[in-house]
Amino acid sequence: MGRILVNRERCKACALCTLACPKKLILFSQEANSQGFYPAELRSGEECTGCALCAEACPDVAIEVWR
Amino acid sequence: MEKRFFIKGNEALAAAAIKAGCRFYFGYPITPQNDIPEYLSRHLTKVEGCFIQAESEVASINMLLGASAAGARAMTSSSSPGISLMQEGISYLAGSELPAVIVNITRSGPGLGGISASQGDYFQATRGGGHGDYRTIVLAPHSVQEMHDLTLLAFDLADKYRNPVVILGDAVLGQMKETMVEKPYHPPELPPKDWALTGAAGRKPNLIKSLYLKEGEMERHNWKLFEKYQRMKGKEVRYEATQEEDAQLVVVAFGTTARVSKRAIRLARAAGLRVGLFRPITLFPFPEEALLRLSQRVKRFLSIEMNTGQMVEDVKLSVARDAEVHFYGHPPGSPPVPEELLEAIKKAY
Amino acid sequence: MKQVFRRPPSLKDVPFHFCPGCHHGVIHRLVAEAIDHFNLRERTIGVAGVGCSVFIYEYFDIDVAEAPHGRAPAVATGLKRALRDRIIFTYQGDGDLASIGMSEIVHTANRGENITVLFVNNTVYGMTGGQMAPTTLLGQQTTTSPYGRDFQQDGYPIRMAEMLATLEGTSFSTRVALNTPANLMKAKKAVRHAFEMQMHDMGFSFVEFLSSCPTNWGMNPLQANERVEKELIPYFPLGIFKERKGTDHL
Repeated sequence: MGRILVNRERCKACALCTLACPKKLILFSQEANSQGFYPAELRSGEECTGCALCAEACPDVAIEVWR
Repeated sequence: MEKRFFIKGNEALAAAAIKAGCRFYFGYPITPQNDIPEYLSRHLTKVEGCFIQAESEVASINMLLGASAAGARAMTSSSSPGISLMQEGISYLAGSELPAVIVNITRSGPGLGGISASQGDYFQATRGGGHGDYRTIVLAPHSVQEMHDLTLLAFDLADKYRNPVVILGDAVLGQMKETMVEKPYHPPELPPKDWALTGAAGRKPNLIKSLYLKEGEMERHNWKLFEKYQRMKGKEVRYEATQEEDAQLVVVAFGTTARVSKRAIRLARAAGLRVGLFRPITLFPFPEEALLRLSQRVKRFLSIEMNTGQMVEDVKLSVARDAEVHFYGHPPGSPPVPEELLEAIKKAY
Repeated sequence: MKQVFRRPPSLKDVPFHFCPGCHHGVIHRLVAEAIDHFNLRERTIGVAGVGCSVFIYEYFDIDVAEAPHGRAPAVATGLKRALRDRIIFTYQGDGDLASIGMSEIVHTANRGENITVLFVNNTVYGMTGGQMAPTTLLGQQTTTSPYGRDFQQDGYPIRMAEMLATLEGTSFSTRVALNTPANLMKAKKAVRHAFEMQMHDMGFSFVEFLSSCPTNWGMNPLQANERVEKELIPYFPLGIFKERKGTDHL
């Protein structure tokens, strides 16, 4: 059981987190941030295990993880 | 038939080098001059020339020394910190009497500085820069047209005097796009390069060196170089003077600053001020005699530079004792604007 | 639930200016994590190279010196000799370290200076707009190898980690990548190990990171990440090329 929080303003939508997530739980928001990027976000549901691989891959340190 | 080009300063310079017969370029990336190596990496091979991105500016200037020693027209380009690295090599080129063209697209300094234009390398360019008693011819373009035309001239002067020639541009001139007119290039009569290292077949060996250890040799060599520089002073001075005849104040400026000054002077004239412009094109040899003559009549000068005071020293040294020399400095960060220079002109008037 | 991942304290809470998908951000975080893991923040000094590396002082909450292009290992040498009990690292790109700085890195490694060198290899000059680097691959198009790198004209790409491993002075030399979670975890261990070696005065430690530069490769971040796997790793193999175990060389 886990969850992530993406800092919307830091995310540059590089999508490296989507590669890292073993369960492919990350998609992109429909709302742009102030830089014009559509930030990553966790798909709703209970499947996140808090493995933190997305956070490890994120070049902008934009993801925090709880488990 | 004249061809017109709308072209970036750096690229006009690179194109002119190829036109002048330069077939060897060695350089290293540094902002804001990368268009020069990038252009030459595309085009030199098309004319069977040689392009090398060297491992550093130190390597670049020494590769240039080698190609020049072989009798080739060769060039390097860099920007301020890279030019600092080349100083040893330039001293060697001067001491060995080798022709070479070195382009400095000046950026801000000192140190890593910034990438915007400045004129903070005036001392470095005109006072030797490297060790020893030598001079390089220094050409200061102020337009894309001159970035092109002065490059053609640079190669001719380098060969004529067997000396390094520095083209002192800046980030604005390098990056801006302007129309230029291409006229046919006719290389002048130049002595053959019988001093070059090509293999001593059928002749005594040639030697390229700057080491002089024997009794009296060093002294004679330095006087020989000195005489060369005196000949340059006699024959190669170039400048542009506009509206100086009736002027009460003459602005002295080179490069991008001269461009902005021209506009400021138009504004000053419109306001009824009698201002002229004296624009050195050769920073070495500095147009001291022309300035002296002008200062017999005009008694107020305003040296405007993108630094905190370098060319102003040469202006002071050149003008008559009773002429006043003022200075307005706009250190690097962004180029000055005409309105700002107009204020400086009004204050000095 | 408890928080299991957060920004390491040695990394300032400011946005990175790096391009989307650039691995510099990941490397910065791994270095900060290592500094915090060993509680080194207050006795670590970083030396920045010139290039995209120059901004480490904006991101690491530590003392930093900016070195002229390529000279970081020499500056680091001066710092370490003056402050033997501090942790000194350099952070350099492939132009800085393997081109203009080749002499400095070879001699610093050869002297066995007790510092850590972090080498970000993205096969291109990033900051200046994508010129060829000593690690640019054969056939790779850059702004100064517009027809593709050709070994007859430009030579072969240089493998720094292997080359430095041949020097007696080098105690630890490794190459890592960040393109997969598995590789990333190995990279994390390598950075920690490099700092640990310096903490135990074990000599010169060197970590080469295969990194992506989407902007100058003309790719999006996912394509660039893929290029690390498909093109970089085959030529620049991952692994440990030298690892001194004890201090028997002293």
